Amino acid sequence: MDFSYILGILTLAGINLIAVLGLSLLTGFTGLFSFGHAGFMLIGAYVGVWFNQPAGGSPAGLGLPFLVGLVAGAVASGLMAWIIGKITLRLKGDYFCIATLGFGEAIRLVFDNFQGFGGSRGWPLTITPGPSMIWIILACDLVGVLFLANLIRSRHGRNMIAVREEELAAQIAGVNVVRYKMLSLIVSAVYAGVAGYLLANYLTFLQPKIFNLQKSTELTIIVIFGGLGSISGSVIGALVLTILPEMLRFFSIWRFVFYGAAVILIMVARPQGLMGGMELSPAGLRKARAARLARRAILAESEAGSNQGGRR
Amino acid sequence: MIQFLQQLINGLSLGSVYALMAVGYSLVYSIMNFSNFAHGGVIMLGAYFGFFAITALKLPFLPAFIVAILGTGLLAVIIERVAYKPLRDRKAPFLYFIISAMGASIFLENIVIATIGPTFKSYPPIFDFTPLQLGQIAVGRLDAIAFIVSAVSLTALVLFIERTRLGKAIQASSYNMKACTLMGVNTDLVVLVVFALGGILAGVAGVFFGMKYTVYPQIGNITLKSFIAAVFGGLGSLPGAVLGSLLLGVIETLVAGYLSSQYRDLIAFVILIGVLVLRPSGIMGKVAEDKA
Repeated sequence: MDFSYILGILTLAGINLIAVLGLSLLTGFTGLFSFGHAGFMLIGAYVGVWFNQPAGGSPAGLGLPFLVGLVAGAVASGLMAWIIGKITLRLKGDYFCIATLGFGEAIRLVFDNFQGFGGSRGWPLTITPGPSMIWIILACDLVGVLFLANLIRSRHGRNMIAVREEELAAQIAGVNVVRYKMLSLIVSAVYAGVAGYLLANYLTFLQPKIFNLQKSTELTIIVIFGGLGSISGSVIGALVLTILPEMLRFFSIWRFVFYGAAVILIMVARPQGLMGGMELSPAGLRKARAARLARRAILAESEAGSNQGGRR
Repeated sequence: MIQFLQQLINGLSLGSVYALMAVGYSLVYSIMNFSNFAHGGVIMLGAYFGFFAITALKLPFLPAFIVAILGTGLLAVIIERVAYKPLRDRKAPFLYFIISAMGASIFLENIVIATIGPTFKSYPPIFDFTPLQLGQIAVGRLDAIAFIVSAVSLTALVLFIERTRLGKAIQASSYNMKACTLMGVNTDLVVLVVFALGGILAGVAGVFFGMKYTVYPQIGNITLKSFIAAVFGGLGSLPGAVLGSLLLGVIETLVAGYLSSQYRDLIAFVILIGVLVLRPSGIMGKVAEDKA
């Protein structure tokens, strides 16, 4: 097996993971489904690349350092999320879904037609030599997971989970539902923007086509596959669903047939995903064990009750 | 002025293709309350069924057409049984249905690519395609037929839903399926009929699309436009779906003609976002306030 090939797949998995972590916050923990997150990746990629690319190139950039581009892309995605959120967050669940789909595609079409950034032909990037991509991505992955884990365990994270579980009750309990939905959207967009920027730099080529509806759908499928409300699920999901299609590459055109069938199968057979809301951490395993024991206790008690001949 | 009228006619003919697609889509939405993204795949297969019925089975047009639409009706029912019924029984949140639908559409598109192949196929000429002349404006013969077929199918559908007993059951189920089971309605049958009807309409759309353009596996992607048209006209309203489709077709063609063809797809999404922001229920949709 070619080492650089494996490295390449892991790099892609790492990039996908960043976007998936963001989407996991929005979908898994706040309960909002988005079919337009590729649009945020696109914004992060194009703005970041524009800041980073040398001024002499064609299309021309601003020639700022790599990290400045990263931050710029992240901020731009967050800003875009704020704008989109202002418009769409008041829509009911399925309409929000449609709206994100519309925005994702609209953003792509705008950049397809805007010749200043290369339009649909794309933007070949000049990469300044530096540390290898895999280290940058691993660092971002680590920061991403730690930040998300801390956010979830914080007051803000719990509020988001409350919104996911029962929006009306959360509102009555004093949670500012709109504010937390917006926060969740913005954070998830920032993650997606970073992922988009890194993807562009890894591919050394930027084209709106990369960030299409299919990409958005793939991200959502990974989040659901890993299990809504589970960070470790998203990590495992991103790894498995990036590596698996590559391993199945020798099936060539049949790959996506299996992919489509697999998606249906997951939805029908195990919709709670791989982890089913559990986490693969010491605290998570303890919670899972406690839940299992509690279930067993309840079952035993109800059986003991019925053994008494139905008398209470 | 003539140019404008010609563009208008072109827009209406595009719109009637969208309308055929959007009506089936809207029907399923109004009953099941979810967006059947697999509808596009069924349309695409309708085009292929018709194509093979004419070329391989050497059937004349009308029997081939019937074969195609029955085939898609059956396909839609199979998809429902495999991909949606288990979720329905489990009362899964509707978003899981959407994911399953996307999986189905990916599956359908790629199984055609893998088996039949991605090359474009053309229907052999069946009708005389010389356009009808209304003064200085040309109306494609096929477009006129598509428009008429849209109108007839829609009328038949509305009559079925309003006048027959099964139609009343379908209407009732769209309000509250659980209450319907209490009233003795066989909701499984209702769902089956709704999907079969949607599939038949998809087959009609597919065959006409294949005749007007070409037959290829990615036809399903056009459904996004018909989806926008259905939202524009009002999700859940069948006349709304037709109205939205015609308007979308006209707007798209006018924008392409007078501004630039680059903006054709973009204007569709701008309309979508505009509708969702300003009037999410669409032009003719029911404005429903959630009393929580």
